[in-house]
Amino acid sequence: MKKISTLAFCLFAMPAAWAGSEDTYAEFKAMMDRSFKTTGIAAKHRMYQLDFQKACSQDKQPAKAEMARIEAEQLKTIRYPADGKYFGNWKEGEKIAVSGRGLTWTDKTPHDNGGGCYNCHQMSHHEVSYGTIGPSLLEYGKLRGNADDVVRYTWGKIYNAKAFNACSNMPRNGDAEILTEQQIKDLMAFLFDPASPVNKK
Amino acid sequence: MVNPQKSIRLALLAGLAVVPLAQAGDELLDGINAYREALADGNPSELVAAEGEELWKMPRGPKNASLEQCDLGLGPGVIKGASAQLPRFFKDTGKVQDLETRLMTCMETLQGIDPQAVVKAGWLKGEKEKMAALVAYVVTASNGHKIRIDMRPPEMKKMYEMGKLAFYYRTGPMDFSCATCHGDQGKRIRMQELPDLRTQAGAASGWGSWPAYRVSNGQFWTMQHRLNDCFRQQRTAEPIYGSDATIALSVYLAATANGGKVVTPGIKR
Ligand code: HEC
Ligand code: HEC
Repeated sequence: MKKISTLAFCLFAMPAAWAGSEDTYAEFKAMMDRSFKTTGIAAKHRMYQLDFQKACSQDKQPAKAEMARIEAEQLKTIRYPADGKYFGNWKEGEKIAVSGRGLTWTDKTPHDNGGGCYNCHQMSHHEVSYGTIGPSLLEYGKLRGNADDVVRYTWGKIYNAKAFNACSNMPRNGDAEILTEQQIKDLMAFLFDPASPVNKK
Repeated sequence: MVNPQKSIRLALLAGLAVVPLAQAGDELLDGINAYREALADGNPSELVAAEGEELWKMPRGPKNASLEQCDLGLGPGVIKGASAQLPRFFKDTGKVQDLETRLMTCMETLQGIDPQAVVKAGWLKGEKEKMAALVAYVVTASNGHKIRIDMRPPEMKKMYEMGKLAFYYRTGPMDFSCATCHGDQGKRIRMQELPDLRTQAGAASGWGSWPAYRVSNGQFWTMQHRLNDCFRQQRTAEPIYGSDATIALSVYLAATANGGKVVTPGIKR
């Protein structure tokens, strides 16, 4: 739970571009504060925003400079694999991509999560039940190759998508401790291995 | 009291098995849509609504009174069209209320039932099961009506503003807001189509078709139940039943849907 220390506890500060009155925003925060409760692993403090979450909580994206500032900050959170090995087992990776479980108040532990990748991405040739919030990743490795920069970028994107798009809809799987380093390696293998159904019909 | 939810469930699951699960995507969606149409003739919510009608007329609680004098905004006892105009600002409570919090007020004032008995009960258990039945009964009487939310009171304007802020409020370990899943046209999660709730058309279909009967688990869900499960998927802390954040979001959705058609109780996957 290292993230708690970086939580923005400025309950009553307004997002920069907020156009309404300060009173309304203070009232809103008070309303949110009294409307939620801790249930199971879903603690009440989840309702307090990180700075970038706050900046991304409007119908329009923040200004370009603000986006760039957030991305630079998020980029610093990315931990590349300590042993320099980026690829695990694609079969495990597939299971992680399929599983959307984890981190709800009906889950017992915060440590056994899926990636929920299929909720948002088309990925393999054989799985037809996929979401469309993110782009298709079909034939990801086949189309992009496995040059170092592609591999590093993909690791980074999975670890912290906000480093490349400040207000991305994609979760920060590594930074927010949704997935472990090993799980990210398995997902990398799933995306890049020529034998994985992402790349092979 | 019988539990019709459980008894119809088996029959419906048998029906679901007709939809081939391993088919190509669009065919699967077509199958589900066809199945929905088939069900529309005999809405399984009817049994829940019948139970609700009984509850509405039955003397209950410490005051041993029925809910027949309950004022849902159109006068005591008027239910026709009432839920199509909720949430609304109520002068007697000084609050903006949705159908469920308004029913809690009636249960308290007319019957003497403590609202906490509803708030604290598990979904579809005890007083919440009774609430769901009452809701099914009341919303059936608004089927086909137009969504007409009275946005003139300043209290409603304020709740709308709060609801919009809540809709875009990103938080929790996955950084999601409602807009992550409902803030774009034509998106889906897995096979589930997601209405774009920022638009009139999207909100009308999303708001206007709830409360609904969910075929997948054979349960009738109220709007509070729907919102609770979306917050669960959002990985936030749990919203308190009937809390202001849930009312504010309901005002935002209903006001955005204004003018759309009510199709309640809905039938969902
Ligand atoms: C809630 C939605 C969502 C989930 C869940 C999600 N993604 Fe994404 N993903 C996106 C979006 C949206 C983009 C497009 C770029 C952006 O806005 O960040 C994206 C982009 C990507 C990219 C970069 C594609 C490119 O062309 O550069 C990769 C790789 C990726 N996702 C992998 C994954 C993996 C692996 C998982 C599961 C661990 C996952 N995503 C889960 C929404 C999601
Ligand atoms: C992580 C994804 C996700 C998030 C976040 C989310 N929802 Fe949903 N929502 C869904 C899915 C999936 C469905 C369809 C569920 C089904 O068919 O069982 C849905 C359905 C709905 C519906 C009914 C739409 C219909 O046509 O039946 C409403 C209304 C709704 N959500 C509102 C909200 C609100 C308000 C929030 C924020 C508090 C929210 N949702 C957050 C995924 C999400």
